[in-house]
Amino acid sequence: MRLWMLGIAAIVLSFISLFIGAINITPMDLLDWESDETHIFLISRIPRLMAIILAGAGMSIAGLIMQSLSRNKFVSPTTAGTLDAAKLGILISMLFFTNVTYTQQVIFSFAFALAGTFLFMQILDRIKFKDVIFVPLIGIMYGNILSSITTFLGYEADLLQNLSSWLMGSFTLIIAGRYELLYVSIPAIVLAYIYANKFTVAGMGEDFARNLGLSYKLVLNIGLVLVAVISTTVVLTVGVIPFLGLIVPNIVSLYLGDNLRKTIPHTAVLGIVFLLICDILGRIIIHPYEIPVNVTVAVIGSAIFLTMLLRGRAYAK
Amino acid sequence: MIEIKGLTKQFGKKPVVEDVTVTIEPGTITSFIGPNGAGKSTLLSMVSRLLEADTGEVLLDQNNVKKWKSSDFAKRVSILKQANYLNVRLTVRELVSFGRYPYSKGRLSAADEKFVDQAIEYMNLADMENKYLDELSGGQKQRAFIAMVIAQDTDYILLDEPLNNLDMKHSVQIMKILRKLVDELGKTVVIVLHDINFASVYSDRIVALKDGRLMKNGPTSEIINSDVLREIYDMEIPIQEQNGCRICVYFNSHT
Repeated sequence: MRLWMLGIAAIVLSFISLFIGAINITPMDLLDWESDETHIFLISRIPRLMAIILAGAGMSIAGLIMQSLSRNKFVSPTTAGTLDAAKLGILISMLFFTNVTYTQQVIFSFAFALAGTFLFMQILDRIKFKDVIFVPLIGIMYGNILSSITTFLGYEADLLQNLSSWLMGSFTLIIAGRYELLYVSIPAIVLAYIYANKFTVAGMGEDFARNLGLSYKLVLNIGLVLVAVISTTVVLTVGVIPFLGLIVPNIVSLYLGDNLRKTIPHTAVLGIVFLLICDILGRIIIHPYEIPVNVTVAVIGSAIFLTMLLRGRAYAK
Repeated sequence: MIEIKGLTKQFGKKPVVEDVTVTIEPGTITSFIGPNGAGKSTLLSMVSRLLEADTGEVLLDQNNVKKWKSSDFAKRVSILKQANYLNVRLTVRELVSFGRYPYSKGRLSAADEKFVDQAIEYMNLADMENKYLDELSGGQKQRAFIAMVIAQDTDYILLDEPLNNLDMKHSVQIMKILRKLVDELGKTVVIVLHDINFASVYSDRIVALKDGRLMKNGPTSEIINSDVLREIYDMEIPIQEQNGCRICVYFNSHT
């Protein structure tokens, strides 16, 4: 697959995404600057598209970095507790401050996502049996433990309702003024590209990296910070999108290999294409209502993931 | 020159390497031999800075290896540990290119590309340079990793059991290439070997370890004799001369 093909697909799908929805908007409507349609286009459709693009590229790249650094094809923010830790952070911030500000939520969520992912990497360092399937299973259990703490605290503090809104990844509520945090992930994505070679080298193991004079621990920590930044911004604005960081990097790895300098652009664009398809499907299946994107992603993603598991076990080793 | 001075390493309470002092002669192949658990690989890891010694020091050009900057050290000394478990999907050429990382930090200059070409040529990998590592056989993969180390262009090349899991043909190929690296390019190769016959036939010097202690250190001819080997391996090892090579015939000896 060529990058320009993915690029064209992304542009076409973006265009479709802008012109479907409960209210029918055509490109002609936009000629009238004062019309309701233009208004909706600017405060809802464009922010939604931007959110999809940033979340799609961001989560896919976060998954790619984690797979490279953990040297396991099935580790991603959803299978290593990153997102569960971020949610726990949001809850703790709500418990600590009676009038929690957005900034406080962001900081807590980020700190927890970082600490949670770091802890997972520490666990990974200690276990001897590093099977491709076993490691993500540990990650999922670990995430569920974090999640159950969140649920318990949420139940005690009567915040479960609030919490469930973060459990569900959806672009329905994205309007101008409610998604701008996602722009923070842009520098993280750019940094990921700048560090691509270092991540590839680190992905070949500590001894290998140190032989080439790379400061392994530093690169590892930078990678984890980038993953935490991206995951936090997505959870806080869109919610949890499963499978994205898992399947997109794996598909790219199948046809392009594991040299991150080469695969990061593909991973980003394929992530955008995949998320756009899922969101558009969710918007047309029961039009004029919507199916949240995490449902469509989960259905399509789990099918792809199962296929990968059944056919690709040899490759993942 | 690499000087190992009084190196000691303990894992828990168990000493793995005890007070080892050896000087690696430049321009030679030096083999580390000894029974299982002799501390060969641990010693090699300490020389290459992958492990830190408890006491003692390793000097590279009279300077303690700990004091070297990582990127400078990576231009002088390279180490290859058993790498066959690696599951990263890189092409042969991409892997070899990473050998230039200490110089280029990933952005290859024309000069870097030339080193990569030469290393690939040297290891006879030109016709498979665009293949992924996971499509290669064990021997081809090992050659690809050695090509990477050649591209790294260090004076010292340390290899930890590079013949593991290789068949006879590929083992001989790899040893011949190492010999060429020393004789033609003036490199210094330090290698951990299990098979004493490969050590006998291809190395200039042998360092024999047992239970973490240095037993013998000298030219190959001094080490490969039945008296010395009995001391190292607790085994009667008759030696036969074949075409100028000393071969240890240990397969049916008393243990």
